[in-house]
Amino acid sequence: MIPSPSIFTPLLIASLAVFAWGCWKRFSLISLGQPEERFDNLGVRFGDMLLYAFGQKRVVAQPFGFNHFIIFWSFLILLVANTEFILNGLFPHTFKLIKLPFELYVPLAFMIDIASLLALVAVTVAAVRRIIAPPYPEARTAEAFFILGLIATLMLASFALNASELATYMLKSGVDPASFLSAARKVMPVSALLTGLLPPLQLGTIHAAAWWAHAVALMAFICYLPNSKHMHILTAIPNCFFHRLEKPNTQPREEFTAGNQFGVGRVDRYSWKDLLDSFSCTECGRCQNVCPASITGKPLNPRAVIHDIKVNLLENGASLKKGEPPQTPLIGEGGAGSVSEESIWGCTTCGACMEACPVLIEQMPKIIQLRRHLVESEATFPEELLNLFENMEGRSNPWGIAPSERTKWCSQLDIKPFDRDTTEYLFYVGCAGSFDSRNKHVSVAMAQLLDKAGISWGILGKDEKCCGDSVRRLGNEFVFDKMARENVATFIERGVTKVITQCPHCFTTLKNDYRQYGLELEVIHHSELLHNLVQDGKLILDKTTGEMGTTVFHDSCYLGRHNDVYDAPREVIKAATGDAPAEMGRNRNKAFCCGAGGGRMWMEEHVGERINLTRVNEALEQSPDTICVACPYCMTMFEDGLKDVKAENVRVRDVAEVMAEALLR
Amino acid sequence: MLIVVCIKQVPDTTQVQIDPVTNTLVREGIPFIVNPYDTHALEEALRLKDRFGCKVAAISMGPPNAEGTLKKALALGVDHAILLSDRVFGGADTLATSNVLAAAIAKLDAEVDEVGLVLCGKQTIDGDTAQVGPGIASRLDYRQLTLVDKIVNLDFSAKKIRVSRKLEGRHEIVEAPLPAMLTVVRELNRPRYPKVQMRLAAAETVVEVWNNKTLQLDEQKIGLKGSPTWVSKIFSPERDKGEILGDGYADPAGTAALLIDKLMAKDMLPI
Repeated sequence: MIPSPSIFTPLLIASLAVFAWGCWKRFSLISLGQPEERFDNLGVRFGDMLLYAFGQKRVVAQPFGFNHFIIFWSFLILLVANTEFILNGLFPHTFKLIKLPFELYVPLAFMIDIASLLALVAVTVAAVRRIIAPPYPEARTAEAFFILGLIATLMLASFALNASELATYMLKSGVDPASFLSAARKVMPVSALLTGLLPPLQLGTIHAAAWWAHAVALMAFICYLPNSKHMHILTAIPNCFFHRLEKPNTQPREEFTAGNQFGVGRVDRYSWKDLLDSFSCTECGRCQNVCPASITGKPLNPRAVIHDIKVNLLENGASLKKGEPPQTPLIGEGGAGSVSEESIWGCTTCGACMEACPVLIEQMPKIIQLRRHLVESEATFPEELLNLFENMEGRSNPWGIAPSERTKWCSQLDIKPFDRDTTEYLFYVGCAGSFDSRNKHVSVAMAQLLDKAGISWGILGKDEKCCGDSVRRLGNEFVFDKMARENVATFIERGVTKVITQCPHCFTTLKNDYRQYGLELEVIHHSELLHNLVQDGKLILDKTTGEMGTTVFHDSCYLGRHNDVYDAPREVIKAATGDAPAEMGRNRNKAFCCGAGGGRMWMEEHVGERINLTRVNEALEQSPDTICVACPYCMTMFEDGLKDVKAENVRVRDVAEVMAEALLR
Repeated sequence: MLIVVCIKQVPDTTQVQIDPVTNTLVREGIPFIVNPYDTHALEEALRLKDRFGCKVAAISMGPPNAEGTLKKALALGVDHAILLSDRVFGGADTLATSNVLAAAIAKLDAEVDEVGLVLCGKQTIDGDTAQVGPGIASRLDYRQLTLVDKIVNLDFSAKKIRVSRKLEGRHEIVEAPLPAMLTVVRELNRPRYPKVQMRLAAAETVVEVWNNKTLQLDEQKIGLKGSPTWVSKIFSPERDKGEILGDGYADPAGTAALLIDKLMAKDMLPI
C-alpha cells in the first residue's frame, strides 16, 4: 500500500481532532481555576522560558538530564521533518525538503539524520535506565515504555523511509552506486548506511511499510500526547513562562470578610497556574527524591500531591463545569485524586521540591492552601497544634509563656529599648531567642557582639511579639493576619526601619511576608551583619580553630533556599576559626531540612525515620567537633538529634556563638 | 430542649501578679481569657448539640467587655449568647452571682425552650470557689452533678442522665433525672477550634445584654448588697527564695553533682 492521501488525510484529520479535543479539554479544565496575575515582566518571563524550558537549565543539572536535553532538541529539529512528512502525505511530491536550495537542504538533512540517531540512542538509554535504575520504583510504568517505544519506532521508520527513498533514486537514476552512496553519506550518514543494506527487489514494500509505520506512530503520538503525562511537552514551556518571579517563600494574603472561602478544599479553588502546574508534571520524581518527608518514609510525596491535583481535576472537571459539587474529594483518604491529611501535615516547607523541579512547579504553596482549608474552614488539624494556635493568639509565643518573661534572657545585661532617635537597629530577638533556654545563649552572644562592634541597637522588650511564621506556614492565616497587622503597626509606630534577626523564620517573615502589609523593612540576618562587621574591621577575631575544632555548617532552609543567603554564615565561621567549615553531602540550595520548618517544630513525628536524625547522621559523616547552625529551630533539632544518637561529644553552635567565642579568647 | 452553658471571663492567670503593697490582683493590661474549665463545658454542650440537635445558650455575667467571651462561644457554634451585665450586679460573691445566673436560666426556660441541662466548669481559675454551679442548682432546684469527666448516657425523652464523676482516687457513676446542673473537669473532652467563617459571623453578631430591668431581681439579693462574703485579704503565700546552683549549661555533670550533694546534706535523698 503506497502512501495514499485518500487514506492518510481522514486519519490525520481524526488524530488532529483527538489532539485538539484533548488540548481543549485540558485548557477548559485549567480555566476553572481562580484568577492570578502572571503576565507581569514579560521580558524576564521570556528569558526564563528560554533558560529553563529551551535551555533545560535544571533538567541537565541531574544525571540523565542531558539525555532529556537530547530528546527535547531532537524533537524540535524533527518537527521540520515531521511537517514535511505530513504535508507530503497530504499532497504527495509537493513539499519535499530536497526542493529547497542545496545550501539549505544539505545541513538541514544532515541535522535531521543525526538528530534522529541521537534521539534513538537517548530513548534507548532512557528505557534501559527505567529498567535497571529508575528514578523511583513506580516510574517503571507501561505508559513510560509506550512513549519511549513510540519515539523509537518513529526514528527507525524514518531511517528506513529515507534509506528506501535513497535506494530507489539510486536504482532509477542509474548513478554509480559507490559514488552516490559516498555523497549521500555526507548528507544523511545514518540513512545512507542503511541504503546499501536494503534488498533492491523489495524497495517498494519497504518504503510503503516504513511510511505507514511512521504515519501510524506519528498519529498515535498526536492522539496520545494531550491525554497523558506527556502533555508536559506542550505545557512545560508556558509553565516556565508563567512561573512565580519572586521566590515562593511567602503565601498570598486572604481577605477575611464574611462569605469568603479560605484555603483550597476543592480543586477549582486553586488558581489557573496551580492547575497548569499539575498538567506540566511529567512525574520525573526529582521532588520526591529531595523531599525530607518522602525520604524518611512519611506519607507526603510532592510528586503525588501534584499528580492527585491533576487526577482530581480530570475526575471532577465535568461536574465542576456544570456547577455541581465535585465527586472525588481533594482532601481525603489519599487514593488517586485525593491528598491525605497526613501528607498535608508532613511538609516542612523546606522548598527543596521547588528548587529541584525542572519545570518550576510550585508544590509547597499548594500544600499550604490545603492546610488553610483544614485549619480555617474545617478546624481539623493534629491535636498538638491546638495549644500552639491558642498560645500564639493569646500570648504571642509558641509556648504560651507569659509575655512579661520575654526580657528575662537579658535581665543581667544592660540593654537599651529601641528608640527611633537614639538607636539605629532593632534587634528582633524572636521567641526562641527570648524564651528557649538553649537559644537564649545565642541572644546573649549577639548582644555582646553588637556592643563590641559599636552598633547602635535596641530591643522592643515586652512589646515584641511573635512574627507569626509558624502559624502562617501551618495554614492558620486568620491568626497570622492578626499578628502581622499588630506587628506592622508596632514597627510603624516605633519608627523601626532596620532590623537584625537571629532566626531565619523571623527574617523571612519580616522581610518578605510583611511586605504584603505595606511594610518595607531593611531586615538583616545576624550572619550577614556579622559578616559585614568582620569585613569592615569592626570585630577583631582570633582566627584559630580553638575550641571549635572541625566545624561543619548546616544551611537553614529559610536562610538559604528561601532567601539565598549561603556565603555569609560560612564566612563568619571562617573568620572566627580561620578555616572554612566542612560541607555535608547535601549543602547550600540542596541542603536537607532539619525537620522543624513549616510548623513541624510543634508537631509529633510518628512515621518513618526522624528527619533530624537523618540530617545529624549526615553531619556526623564529616566527623565534626562542632556543628554550626544559623537558626534556632535547627539548633533544637540538632541538639535533640545528637542526644538521640549519643554523639554528645559533638557540639552545636550558632554562628554568633562561634564568633563570640573567638572574640573572647 | 435547651442546654445552657455558664462561662466566665477571667484574667489570664499566668500573667497575673499580686500587687505587693495592696495585696490585690494587678489586672491592668492583663488579657482576659475564657475560664479554661468553662471551655470544656462549652465543648460538651456543642457535642450534645451535634448529637441530639438541641440548642445551646451561653450566658455570662460580667462587665460589658465580657462580650468578647460570648463572641468566642458564638464562633464555636452556640445558638444564643446572653451577657448579664448591670452595675447592680457588680461586686457579687458566689451567692449573688448564682442568683443572677439562675434567674437568667429560668427566663430562658420560660421564653426560649425547656432547659434540660446546665453546664459549668468545675470552678473558675480566679476565684477558685467551685460554688457557683452548685449555687445555681440549688436556686433552680436542679439535680447537681459535680466534677463530671464523662457523660455515660443521656436520654432527653426519658429525662435521665448518667455521668461519671472524677473523685480522688476513684470514679463514681451517678444517675439523675433532668433538668440537671453539671460541673465539668478538663478530662471530659478536648475543646474544638473555631472555624474562620464562624469567627467572622460572631464578630458581626450583637450579643444580647440582659440587665436587671430584664431580670427584675430584688436588689438586696444581687451584687454587693446581696453578697454576704467579704474578702478581707489576698496575698501570695510566703516562700523561701530559691537559689541557682552552678552553671547547668556549661557544666551539666558538675551541676548535677552539686544538686545531689545539696539534697543529701538536707537529708532529702532516700539513700
